[in-house]
Amino acid sequence: LPGGHGKGDRQVTAGITSFGAYVPASRLPLALIGGRPAKEGGPEKAVAGFDEDSVTMALAAATDCLRGVDRSEVGALYVASTTNPYAEKQAASLLAKALDLRRDVRTADFGGSLRAGTTALLAALDAAAAGSAGPVLVVASDCRLAAPRSALERNFGDGAAAFLVGSGEPAVIVEDRHSIADENLDVWRSGGADFVRTWEERFVVEHGYQECMREAAGEMMARCGLKPADFDRSVLYGPDARSHGSLARKLGFAPEQVQDPLFGRVGNTGAAFAPLLLAAALENAEAGQRLLLASYGDGADVLALLTTERLASLPPRRAVSAHLARRRQLRSYDCYLASRNLSVTEFDRRGGTGIASTVHYRDRDADISFRAMKCRGCGTEHFPAQRVCYRCHAKDDFEPVRLADGGGKVMSFTFDFFFPTSEPPTVVTMIETDGGCRVYLMMADVSPTDVRLDLPVEFTFRKIHEAGGKPNYYWKCTPAWAPNAATAAPATAGGGKP
Amino acid sequence: MNDAIRDKTAVVGVGCSQFGENWDKAPEDMIVEAAYEAYADAGIEDPQKRIDAVFCGSVYPSRGTGEVAESLKLFDRPVSLVQNYCATGTDAFRYAVYALACGACETALVVGFDKPKDRGVSGPSVMMTGVRDLPMTPAGWFSLCAARYFDTYGIGREELAKIAVKNHHNGTLAPKSMLKREITVQDVLDARIISWPFGLYDCAAQSDGAAAAIVTRADVAKSFPNDPVLVKAVAIALAPNPQTDPDFDFLRWKPTVFAARQAYEQAGITDPINQIDVAQVHDCFTMTELLTYEDLGFCEKGAAKEHIEAGTFTLEGELPVNTDGGLKTFGHPTGATGVRMIYENVLQLRGQAGPRQVKGATTALSHNIGGAPQTCGIAIVGTE
Repeated sequence: LPGGHGKGDRQVTAGITSFGAYVPASRLPLALIGGRPAKEGGPEKAVAGFDEDSVTMALAAATDCLRGVDRSEVGALYVASTTNPYAEKQAASLLAKALDLRRDVRTADFGGSLRAGTTALLAALDAAAAGSAGPVLVVASDCRLAAPRSALERNFGDGAAAFLVGSGEPAVIVEDRHSIADENLDVWRSGGADFVRTWEERFVVEHGYQECMREAAGEMMARCGLKPADFDRSVLYGPDARSHGSLARKLGFAPEQVQDPLFGRVGNTGAAFAPLLLAAALENAEAGQRLLLASYGDGADVLALLTTERLASLPPRRAVSAHLARRRQLRSYDCYLASRNLSVTEFDRRGGTGIASTVHYRDRDADISFRAMKCRGCGTEHFPAQRVCYRCHAKDDFEPVRLADGGGKVMSFTFDFFFPTSEPPTVVTMIETDGGCRVYLMMADVSPTDVRLDLPVEFTFRKIHEAGGKPNYYWKCTPAWAPNAATAAPATAGGGKP
Repeated sequence: MNDAIRDKTAVVGVGCSQFGENWDKAPEDMIVEAAYEAYADAGIEDPQKRIDAVFCGSVYPSRGTGEVAESLKLFDRPVSLVQNYCATGTDAFRYAVYALACGACETALVVGFDKPKDRGVSGPSVMMTGVRDLPMTPAGWFSLCAARYFDTYGIGREELAKIAVKNHHNGTLAPKSMLKREITVQDVLDARIISWPFGLYDCAAQSDGAAAAIVTRADVAKSFPNDPVLVKAVAIALAPNPQTDPDFDFLRWKPTVFAARQAYEQAGITDPINQIDVAQVHDCFTMTELLTYEDLGFCEKGAAKEHIEAGTFTLEGELPVNTDGGLKTFGHPTGATGVRMIYENVLQLRGQAGPRQVKGATTALSHNIGGAPQTCGIAIVGTE
């Protein structure tokens, strides 16, 4: 067998120690694409809100994955996406700052292929097995754009999944893995192009997707002597529901073995698709279950995974199911088009000179890491940082406090109909954080009727605008999730090891 | 009492350009219009000799002091520009009063002006130079007290609407006001929402305009033809940004509370509703006027509703407020507004306010609040 593959992994203890996921609350009923009214319970897809992209979704999934984890231990962050908002500039370093990971964290972006999510996972397993970094946080997030009203558009969805990979006591161990590379012009997006393109569907499915997946899965199973019946679950990437179902049958999996691919609810989330389905599978998996994970794109990655007793002892998380339950239906297809800058508007939302890089540099502790400064003299928390305390007037005697993982409540609010957004009005709030810090924030994923005084909130990283032709990120608040949906993540330094 | 200011100076002339969308007028045209009206009002035939110093207030000047000095040809003397958010006009007036009170000059010209209608937008422009503090619109900032106040004191948009109706009525009686149209409570409630709870009619009309005042030392004021209107107090106070203030309760605007304390101390006012006869307050939004009733001590905190219902602040009421229509209908060229209020108060105290005259007024207050809001300026003038 070629080097780097094979049963050698059985001896290495590196595996998945935690997982998380994110599916945006916004749902586009497929009926609206065709100009028909949306029906209750009809097929829909999850779409990133106008203030979300692959970076903000990655942050949400990573936060879900880091529940109960001491984030100062994370040694590397790998971010996989075909839709990093920057062609040149790393998403991982931005996310490391937003996640408050340590300064000497190793960061890398994986992109260019729908397989990037599993490829990043394999690279993380290698790094953890080699002991060259501490636990590796792997995040796959995608927000692909198909031409409006195309067949692809109906199948695409947006979402993210995250895994912590480390040695020690994994919740999921990797029994075997196999990858193949394949050259095929089946699905692509040229540099500078907005929309994903494909060749004719039957060719793409037959000679791209199914051929590669069958070859890679078949070879791995043959090598480790496993049959389809030996797996409790098959977690398969699929371009659409029909091709996915057909592949599962051809691989020899019975319908009850197949992880629900969530078409009609989420959609094909690109590089995050197989990872997202794996997170969904792990939510319901018991110890000792064997899963086959297979991802496609310019070849295929296939992994045989085995869950351990450790899985049940992970702290509660939102993963996929809680996100599926949190839905917010878009008003119209036009709202969706506007949120993707696909409709013609009077003013270009991406125009203007944007934010000075120097200002961004000076403000990144506040704007990206969302740190308040706490007065060492009187304990008053200030946001943004002050040089002189509002209450005791002490000068330059502050320590940072991370607000992102805490919560707050609504002190006051307004609904602004002028701020440019695809879905006016903008809900604007004055928040008092748990630590008594006052922060002026927009509220995400809500309608005016959802807002009231003293409403508990949590914080979410969002794209605030695109002035200067680039995404400009900051935090918003959103109504706090119910306690049973794992509301409060521990603060930076808290929590045990995975 | 701090008596450094009270009765040391007097306003002896006032002028005001037409407020409105003055498409055909440059800032210089409005400055000349206001200043020459003030000269005439003060009986000044040779401003080159009589004006010792000029204090200008403008929030969006293109050149600032140059616009004023060049248009009026007032050179070879101090000309300064003051900026203090929406209290800019009142603060320019304050600088003049201080310069006169200390004896640095004998007669000063105050000019407030702004020309927002050269920007091509009907409201404030949306600024995207940062990610924090957005949306950055005055309607959004000033509405932040509404939800908490509504909930605490049981009022709603109807009470605010009555303020807009009052000011629209008063504006019909002021020749130089921008809007001259009576409206109903229903009109206000039906208008499109700008930033809840503010609909279109809860918001002041942004306009172009300039206003001017001639201020002199009290000891020389009698040499001017009009009865002098004495400056009783002029105060400026800053308060923490309400969006970062760790102690803010969203039931008042602190800048007004702070500036009122100073102004009342200077003027010796202890019972505002009985000692003040007429007031021009900063009704950038209807809710701002409502909170100002309470923050200036015209009534107890939470009592604005009953006074609005009783008509306390109408032209016929106990303490008429915004007799010329206020920012709401007279218009709001930011730097001019504080000076425009002094113009109206001087007319009221001289008995020259025509159909909107408050009978027997001897003490008048003007008030500006601006920023997020963070600043407040108050001037009190009187004839006794």
